[in-house]
Amino acid sequence: MVLNSKIPEGPIQQKWDNHRFNMKLVNAANKRKYTIIVVGTGLAGASAAASLAELGYNVISLCYHESPRRAHSIAAQGGINAPKNYKNDGDSIWRLFYDTVKGGDYRAREANVYRLAQVSGNIIDQCVAQGVPFGREYGGLLDNRSFGGAQVSRTFYARGQTGQQLLLGAYSALSRQINTGRVTFYGRREMLDLIVIDGQARGIIARNLETGTLEPYVADAVILATGGYGNVFYLATLAKYSNGTAIWKAHKKGAFFGNPCFTQIHPTCIPLSSDYQSKLTLMSESLRNDGRIWVPKKAGDKRNPKDIPENERDYYLERLYPSFGNLVPRDVASRRAKEMCDKGFGVGTTGLAVYLDFADTIKRNGKAWVEEKYGNLFDMYHEITDENAYETPMRIYPAVHYTMGGLWVDYNLMTTIPGLYVIGEANFSDHGANRLGASALMQGLADGYFIIPYTIGDYLASSKFPLIKTDNPAFIESEKNSQDTFKQLLAIKGKQTVDEIHKRLGKIMYDYCGMARNEAGLKKALQHIPQIREEFYKDVIVPGTADNFNPELEKAYRFVDYVEIAELMVTDALHREESCGGHLREEYQTEDGEAKRDDEKFSYAAAWEYKGNGQKWEMHKEQLTFEYVKPSTRSYK
Amino acid sequence: MNFILKIWRQKDRNSKGKFEEYKAIDISPDMSFLEMLDAINRDLAKQDAEVIAFDHDCREGICGSCGLFINGRAHGPQHGVTTCELRMRHFKDGGTIVVEPWRAKAFPVIKDLVVDRRAFERIIQAGGYISVDTGAAPEASSIPISKANAEEAMDAAACIGCGACVAVCKNSSAMLFMSAKISQLALLPQGHPERKIRVHRMVEQMDKDGFGHCSNTYACEMDCPKKISVTHIARMNREFIRAKIF
Repeated sequence: MVLNSKIPEGPIQQKWDNHRFNMKLVNAANKRKYTIIVVGTGLAGASAAASLAELGYNVISLCYHESPRRAHSIAAQGGINAPKNYKNDGDSIWRLFYDTVKGGDYRAREANVYRLAQVSGNIIDQCVAQGVPFGREYGGLLDNRSFGGAQVSRTFYARGQTGQQLLLGAYSALSRQINTGRVTFYGRREMLDLIVIDGQARGIIARNLETGTLEPYVADAVILATGGYGNVFYLATLAKYSNGTAIWKAHKKGAFFGNPCFTQIHPTCIPLSSDYQSKLTLMSESLRNDGRIWVPKKAGDKRNPKDIPENERDYYLERLYPSFGNLVPRDVASRRAKEMCDKGFGVGTTGLAVYLDFADTIKRNGKAWVEEKYGNLFDMYHEITDENAYETPMRIYPAVHYTMGGLWVDYNLMTTIPGLYVIGEANFSDHGANRLGASALMQGLADGYFIIPYTIGDYLASSKFPLIKTDNPAFIESEKNSQDTFKQLLAIKGKQTVDEIHKRLGKIMYDYCGMARNEAGLKKALQHIPQIREEFYKDVIVPGTADNFNPELEKAYRFVDYVEIAELMVTDALHREESCGGHLREEYQTEDGEAKRDDEKFSYAAAWEYKGNGQKWEMHKEQLTFEYVKPSTRSYK
Repeated sequence: MNFILKIWRQKDRNSKGKFEEYKAIDISPDMSFLEMLDAINRDLAKQDAEVIAFDHDCREGICGSCGLFINGRAHGPQHGVTTCELRMRHFKDGGTIVVEPWRAKAFPVIKDLVVDRRAFERIIQAGGYISVDTGAAPEASSIPISKANAEEAMDAAACIGCGACVAVCKNSSAMLFMSAKISQLALLPQGHPERKIRVHRMVEQMDKDGFGHCSNTYACEMDCPKKISVTHIARMNREFIRAKIF
């Protein structure tokens, strides 16, 4: 199979316009005859479901929460980018495009990124009209803040709760459409399989999490907006239930998986304190605007940070990157923090932390100023650590946060299965090997509000849809497979809980496929992962039954997919013999520890095809061409 | 630290529930309340016993999934935190902790500590939005909003829809939840065209779903993890009167 990215012809500035004109339209009166399933109700899913319903399509929206508003987009803190240039500091669509391609270390598709930058301004307009209370200046106009990887101020924010406010905006649009009856919403439903009939995605099987019933849903197209798979690592900033099952099941039905090893490890998280911990908590990258990162100059210096004088502190980001300073991109900030800790400069009881210090800012602007901007983050830090960050510096350490990888999609956001679309974090597009801060919210909403409503129409208008009912053998067989899996899992009755086994998988992934990777480690991981899988099937214990609310069974069937995803992630990381963005292969770095790309050999997106149980994946390459932003060594010095 | 827990167990919507006693041993003071329950659940699972079901997801106080009634307080003894943010250091070592689900007519129990909060969805669906289709929005900066109003709207918009206000209210009123949305949209010019119909429809829906009314005890504000102020209820009442009279 040859991958076709379907990038439209023409100069990059006109590609999207040309494409919108060339795509077929569904007549307004005919739209209600089509049914579209949208799985997930985060920024991408909620905005897509609402926008498609506004156009007149019949939409089925599902999520595993009782309410669409609880999707993990809600936890995004810092902000959303748009090149409005309200600050008059030289921003433009072109600059956002350039920053994003460069930030992604030249491993994203130019045409997609340009389109993202193009529609990002409309997102802000839409959100303001919905009543999203963005931060404002005294004159009543919108305020902006700076974020990592950019030298202009283009990030719109709603205190430290931007994701929450944007999601509540999309949720309100969705609620309005549920009220009109054009969206039928099913809560506490988890997608367990994709149904492909005659080569087209025609439905899904979902589990009712309250009753355990398996339910078939038929449609003309399916959109997955199910987020990232970072919970493979067990400890991550993701919500506990965020999982990879929907995209993985679609992958096994024929959707290629793009760049699975591209993982973002976020630099500003609250460090791990012990092994009972169930997750890691992120604190917004916006803190790096006003906080200064440092470690003691002397390794193993256990003094109280207040007692360490200025000249015995190493503000290493400011030292290494004078022009970007503390605002270097996430991958760089994370890698440097790890390096400092590995060399013994780490602070705190575990030595796995660096300081993020607000003392200078408090001296300059006062405590009240810091409180207004970051109050909720300081409160959160206090509740978790019992430390007052107004008086003593915060301790931070990187944590898995986002997966740039995901199902491979073409320019229309369609996978290699006709009629299956993937939007938001769940797809692989736009961010390349590293995502810049405040760009996830932008991409989720761009996909949902302004891209999928156009591109899906082209497919619906140009395809045929034979009548399909839920008694089709494809549905019956899939339901039976799920039931068999449940039976198998419940019958093992071993000694270890799912979490105990998952934690071990997570540790292997952090150790060998985390911030720094090397051939020997990755090969070791490829030995360990099948052992863990085997152990799981022999020794896991899942209490309860499959016919009611059973959180342990949910964990178990999600883990079945995590362990397989892990194997593909490592396979991909091993094959990519270069460093780029968040993927640092220790064998390929410059003398001063910067990532060394190999554009000649690896300027492509790797799209992996599932070949069946126990078979090796087949890799397909989507060659990336850079006509407008010439690849150069990413420098933030 | 060690604790004795009395936890509400209920098989499903139709079964009768009761308190069961559990021991939590060797709990670190830095553990969150939910991590303490994870530890109990790990032991239950190892004995092949059904784990205690509770809603949770983000575990950083923003998704609004978690919500336990702990020793008679919604989200426990600390002000301004959700159950998932609450740390065990706030409890007395060796003490007994009583854990219940939200109890309100409009929030039926699904299992153990999990309740059905879809009545909140219906209130929002009745009118908790501004009717603007995708693509129809004017340029963002064409609507200036005073910083004071924007900040107050944000205070209201911080609601996470957890239902603590209903759980702690002796009337099981949804007034704080509903007023937070009404107040946010009433403070912003974008919300003005629909302000009358919005308050009318939302209040009607709240009554239909069996929530009670406000009798000004302010318990909701006390236990609200986002410290939403009861002044929003006052604004909602003004909006309601305005919609009825003017």
